[in-house]
Amino acid sequence: MAVAFETELLERDERLRTARLSLPLRTDEDVVHLRKHVRERAVGISLSLVDQTKLVTAASELARNTIKYGGGGEVHLDALVDGFKKGVGLIFVDDGPGIPDLELALRDGYTTGGGLGLGLSGSKRLCDEFAIDTRPGEGTAVCIIKWKR
Amino acid sequence: MERIPILRMGDLLLVTIQVDMHDRLAMALQDDLTERIVSDGAKGVLIDISALDLVDSFIGRMISNTAAMARVLDAQTVVVGMQPAVAITLVELGLTLHGVKTALNVEKGMALLGKNLF
Repeated sequence: MAVAFETELLERDERLRTARLSLPLRTDEDVVHLRKHVRERAVGISLSLVDQTKLVTAASELARNTIKYGGGGEVHLDALVDGFKKGVGLIFVDDGPGIPDLELALRDGYTTGGGLGLGLSGSKRLCDEFAIDTRPGEGTAVCIIKWKR
Repeated sequence: MERIPILRMGDLLLVTIQVDMHDRLAMALQDDLTERIVSDGAKGVLIDISALDLVDSFIGRMISNTAAMARVLDAQTVVVGMQPAVAITLVELGLTLHGVKTALNVEKGMALLGKNLF
């Protein structure tokens, strides 16, 4: 079950992290399950309804990518505190084929899977922080953070 | 497998989505609606999404595709009740539901369909 891809993104915000929940991403139901957890965390730090919706939507897009393109993997849901600022962080990790051309993959409308090509680019717009680590043949990790304003 | 119920009212098909749909469920709804348009000879489809607190690209695409399929089958689709936070997120994500008619609530959606149908 554990994902073999080793990425420094996993410990990127270790200093700010107060809790971590790791969930598997294998099936459609796992995506729904994750959306519920993310919504709870977002409500927990009093994100506005619009920011809650943006975060949950971004999580849904990236979780689907992990399953569809990464062949499944896992997600780490982090509670973050930076001084007086609270945030929710998500790190999606898979040990799939990786993204050969990241610049192209981040472009609106580009897809290799017959989708709309909005997953990566759209999620980036919906969050405050976005980082990606991908290596061909090893895997992909995507990290997003939404801070409470 | 669970299914989203589709109600018939005269020439119209009514759907209220009240659960957080996983992808297979969304696809099943698209297939069911398309089949029901033909088997029931429906002229209009009203999809109420007021209970949905999220529309991501997959559900958005399902809605767009359903509307396009309905149009090809001589039926009109109206999506009603989208929450403001969902609308903001959808547009920022890059989805505009091109070609999909919308109304603020069921009543206005019915009026829109009725005006075009009768």
